[in-house]
Amino acid sequence: MKDYFLLAFNNLKHRGLRSWLTILGIFIGIAAVVALISLGQGLKEAITGQFSTLSADRLVITSAETGFGPPGSTAVKKLTERDLDVIKEVQGIEKIISRLLRVVKAEYNNELNFIFTASIPNNKEGAEAVYEAFNLKVEKGKKLEAGVKGKVILGSDIASSNTFDKKIEVGKQIKIQDKDFEVIGILKKSGSFQVNQVILMNEEDMKDILNIKDEIDIIAVQVSDKDRIEDMAEEIKRKLRQDRNQKEGEEDFSVQTPVQALSAINTILNIINLIVTGIAAISLLIGGIGIANTMFTSVLERRKEIGIMKAVGAKNKDVLKIFVIESGLLGLVGGIGGALIGLSLAYLTSFSANSALNTDLFKVSPSVPLLVASILFAIIIGIIAGLIPSYQASKLKPVDALRQ
Amino acid sequence: MSEQIIKLKDVCKIYQMGETEVKALYNVSIDIEKGDFVAIMGPSGSGKSTGLNLVGSLDLPTLGNIYLDSQDISHLTESELAQIRGQKIGFIFQQFNLIPNLTAKENVMLPLLFQGIDKEERESRAEELLNLVELQDRMEHYPNQLSGGQQQRVAIARALANNPEVILADEPTGNLDTKTGEKVLEFLNKLNEKGTTIIMVTHDQDLAKEHAKTIYSLKDGSLEGVYKRTGKSWKKL
Repeated sequence: MKDYFLLAFNNLKHRGLRSWLTILGIFIGIAAVVALISLGQGLKEAITGQFSTLSADRLVITSAETGFGPPGSTAVKKLTERDLDVIKEVQGIEKIISRLLRVVKAEYNNELNFIFTASIPNNKEGAEAVYEAFNLKVEKGKKLEAGVKGKVILGSDIASSNTFDKKIEVGKQIKIQDKDFEVIGILKKSGSFQVNQVILMNEEDMKDILNIKDEIDIIAVQVSDKDRIEDMAEEIKRKLRQDRNQKEGEEDFSVQTPVQALSAINTILNIINLIVTGIAAISLLIGGIGIANTMFTSVLERRKEIGIMKAVGAKNKDVLKIFVIESGLLGLVGGIGGALIGLSLAYLTSFSANSALNTDLFKVSPSVPLLVASILFAIIIGIIAGLIPSYQASKLKPVDALRQ
Repeated sequence: MSEQIIKLKDVCKIYQMGETEVKALYNVSIDIEKGDFVAIMGPSGSGKSTGLNLVGSLDLPTLGNIYLDSQDISHLTESELAQIRGQKIGFIFQQFNLIPNLTAKENVMLPLLFQGIDKEERESRAEELLNLVELQDRMEHYPNQLSGGQQQRVAIARALANNPEVILADEPTGNLDTKTGEKVLEFLNKLNEKGTTIIMVTHDQDLAKEHAKTIYSLKDGSLEGVYKRTGKSWKKL
């Protein structure tokens, strides 16, 4: 059998350029599949990274319309301490955190910027819950603990020269709403831009500089039994409606469950996957047709050679073997090359996308099973594409094949 | 009486060309003895190549029977025929018919591959045969790096690879000049002296008369005459 492989390989080698051109079809097909799937997973991770606040056991309550955006000075009723107390009455709450999220005027090195600022709760448990929920890691300096006033920590984009022209180091003073704050820590770059572009400060400080009395922007509830999360969302809605004396459908607040958001993400990802699969299928089909075409031509051109092989004792199945191995080898080489090119392409794309957008969200997820599967698939395509031409070759009558 | 190796009994080969039937061979009966050197002669279109293809089991007769070593090969499957060709028959063609992608040595090794012989033995056998045809210094050359005479000698070595009982040569000197042609025939004579049966198709009467022991003359698909050599003279049977 090894000798048949050598013979087949020899044949391909001697058709040099043509073999490579044939492989090109499979090459492109497999490269597209590998690149798109590797990036597709990266894309999925990038998107889910954006929603890192979402967790299967967490509910988010906001006043209607504002959402995560900057709360305008509209007539919308803000959430208050009273609402917090109402929600606390619902059974099955493990943790509850109230937070402020506002845009502030920040000044550094005589440069002015408007930046999102989020509050760190004043109690220790709440502060820790915030660090945990957003997976916040301090890269330089230290954490802003509960109750520490007059100090802030910055998201990585704020500290880098992306926001202010001059980089901000730990220990520097930054002026927020005309009050000086000391930078005591800088966060590690995260998958979520919300985390990278935020200033974190003490809740009391924030209320103080923005002159906030009894207002809450976001209430996050961690539930003890995540299977009951939908029921609890309904319960919270009901209680708040009752307290505010509102009818169903007229609420001026919203309770966001992770299921809603995640199903929306999944729909998007499924569409992306469908498109990727479609493109891949088309390119592989074309690759397969390319191999079939080359093998048909090859059989026509090598009629005489087939005749000679038969004259010196090659049986039909010997000829079939040689031709099937040849087309399988075309698939194999195309598959390996395509997988390598596809992977490099994925890395190149992620690198350029990341440098262009200045993030590290577009990750490539190389997967060994994917590579192996696509190479195997390429071999199978090669073999299938080569079957009919090879069968034709094997069935040639020697006397006809030799007459040329 | 010596042993028969090939027997054609009332063999017809008829091709259908559109509406008309072409009788390439019609009712030909031939007995060839082991160790003979046969020349099949005749003008073009006389059916001599068709006859050679049938004897070489490259083609099957429309009617009649062909026996090789007393085995009727007229109704075998393609795979069975391939087996017989590989083991009992060696072919030499006018156009040499070497495989261009393979070196001289690899070409000679090819028939052995199809008999399932392992690589080491194939190599040593091929080297031995290329020595025999005096091409020991051309083993790694590709066909297009060899002269016509050298290519035909590679073809002879290839034909001998499986120790065949019969060598079939279709105008083996047709593409060669007289001198190289002589050399090729010299090898065929040597083989014949060692007992290999040679059947050669040629239209060159001098060549046939000089080397063959028996001459079959074909005309329009039928046997016109059989001539046997006795010493220097020829006798029509």
